Amino acid sequence: MQIVVCLKQIPDLQQIRIKRDTREPVLEGLPFLLGDMDKNALEEAVRIVEQRGGKVTALALGSPKLRDTIKEALAMGADEALLLIDPAFADSDTMTTAKILAKAIEKREYDLILCGEGSTDNYSGQVPSRLAEILGLPQVTYVRQLEFTEGGLRATRDMEEALEIVEVSLPALVSVTSEISEPRLPSLIQILKAAKKPLQEWTSEDLALSAHEVGKEASSLEVISNLAPEQERKNITLEGEVDEVVEQLTDAFTREGVIAR
Amino acid sequence: MAEILVFSEKDEIAFELLSKGRELKEELCLGLAAALLGQEVEGRSSQYFSYGAEKVYLGESALWVDFYVETYAQALQRVAEEGGAQILLLGSTKRGKELASRVAQKLGAGCITDVIGLRLEGDGLVADRYALGGNTVASEVIKTERKVIAVMPKTFEAFPLEDGEGQTVHLDLELPEPRVRVVERRPKEGEAVNVEEAEVLVCIGRGLGAEEDLEMIWELAQALGAEVGCTKTLASDFGWLSEERIVGLSGKKCNPRLYVGIGISGQIQHTVGILGSKIIVAINNDPQAPIFKIADYGIVGDLYEVVPRLAERLTPP
Ligand SMILES: Cc1cc2nc3c(=O)[nH]c(=O)nc-3n(C[C@H](O)[C@H](O)[C@H](O)COP(=O)(O)OP(=O)(O)OC[C@H]3O[C@@H](n4cnc5c(N)ncnc54)[C@H](O)[C@@H]3O)c2cc1C
Repeated sequence: MQIVVCLKQIPDLQQIRIKRDTREPVLEGLPFLLGDMDKNALEEAVRIVEQRGGKVTALALGSPKLRDTIKEALAMGADEALLLIDPAFADSDTMTTAKILAKAIEKREYDLILCGEGSTDNYSGQVPSRLAEILGLPQVTYVRQLEFTEGGLRATRDMEEALEIVEVSLPALVSVTSEISEPRLPSLIQILKAAKKPLQEWTSEDLALSAHEVGKEASSLEVISNLAPEQERKNITLEGEVDEVVEQLTDAFTREGVIAR
Repeated sequence: MAEILVFSEKDEIAFELLSKGRELKEELCLGLAAALLGQEVEGRSSQYFSYGAEKVYLGESALWVDFYVETYAQALQRVAEEGGAQILLLGSTKRGKELASRVAQKLGAGCITDVIGLRLEGDGLVADRYALGGNTVASEVIKTERKVIAVMPKTFEAFPLEDGEGQTVHLDLELPEPRVRVVERRPKEGEAVNVEEAEVLVCIGRGLGAEEDLEMIWELAQALGAEVGCTKTLASDFGWLSEERIVGLSGKKCNPRLYVGIGISGQIQHTVGILGSKIIVAINNDPQAPIFKIADYGIVGDLYEVVPRLAERLTPP
């Protein structure tokens, strides 16, 4: 079983700072992490290969920082990493990202492509669908449980009103939700071993993509602003003994007219 | 005439999109059409006309029993190309999101999903969506000629016209058999709960030590006439409450008059779901908890002391 897992590196959003005056996010200097659900996908892939044999390739597109970020994927059990790094790739949108990833995947043999349902930062969920379309694959999204059958896969999709059990033959593209797995914390030995695993890098040239087919120039979207939403809040801290704060709060409820009584 | 094409697998969302489409089509000088794909759909077209569709594309096919995204994307691609759709407005449900992306790829179009606001600025259509994990709202325009936009349910209000008439176009679709087969559908034991509509919402987080202690949360909710919501942890990880009650990025977006967050740290993935609240109250024993930054009233204290006292105070003797 050859599995390609697509992973995105994302600045640690817990540490993000918002400029008070302009409401702009400050991303400089934030450490990069792998996307949460991407890690769920990777964990699932590693488990499958542990049980059935095969190989897990961690595929990622991003800045040179990826060389560091991807180590976690190798430590978690990916057999090799394939990094797509090129200044020309910067500011790629979902459409160009899918295009670049697809070019890389096409150069590989695979049975299954696994992605997270959405990225931790933008959660747009577009890359899995777009990838499946480019590669001409059937897609099974929002998967919280995966089993193998004679001819392919049986997957449980987590839809709004129902769990939907579906079957598909391979090759296929599957996107997963966080319920599918609990990403393992690699041991020290695994971390050390990861350093010796094969890591390959490709640029736009390796993928036969010209500079105007990728990155900002080829992007289908333009971001005109990206600011923290305005929140005008009173920020009143109620202080005192429990009885006093409770009294102050009920007074506030009445004053604000927020509860009917 | 070039047109705006509306589709959602949920009629009520299609009506919201049509209502917004009526406003956009005037300004953009476009037609307004909708696609109805499914089994026995013809009877529903009159309702679509009453929400402003000038044209309804009807696709009846036995293949529509199960929603398979590729088949729907193929059908929509055809409708969009033949009808000259410039803007595709879809619902940002789970199915809608994957469909939007797949049809956008087929059309070589840019796409924005999870849209929470849409407006015309200059000549361009600007869509708002949460970005950076909910820390920011990004306003984006699509640069490709065709644009695919998936809008969150309930973003626009659906309002019918007094009278609405239009043209029906029967589609003659030849579609391949779906490559994904649905073998079973297990309805979620959907509690009939609607935290989005609640006027008063009490939300509980991981600060709660044990499932039994939910009792006192229910008591407070009752005293406040509130619905109970929760963070993802309590539903998805602990299973103490149903997933219907999750508030936030992957749960419900709520606009209550009063939100009371108890034992909730205020991670952005939760708080994006409550920004529309009129008054935010937070009860947390950690003065540094981020939720206090977005609260109107904060109580730094142990929920086990505060909640019962508050419930008691609010319950008429
Ligand atoms: C892609 C993605 C999507 C997500 N979507 C959602 C979503 O839609 N909704 C959601 O809620 N989360 C979501 N999450 C999870 C989110 O990041 C947080 O993990 C979650 O909201 C935290 O829940 P919490 O506040 O209950 O727990 P914690 O962060 O653990 O906070 C518990 C709080 O309780 C306080 N506390 C402890 N004991 C007491 C006491 N005795 N009295 C008073 N206070 C006490 C603590 O000080 C702490 O602040 C998502 C995460 C990801 C990655």
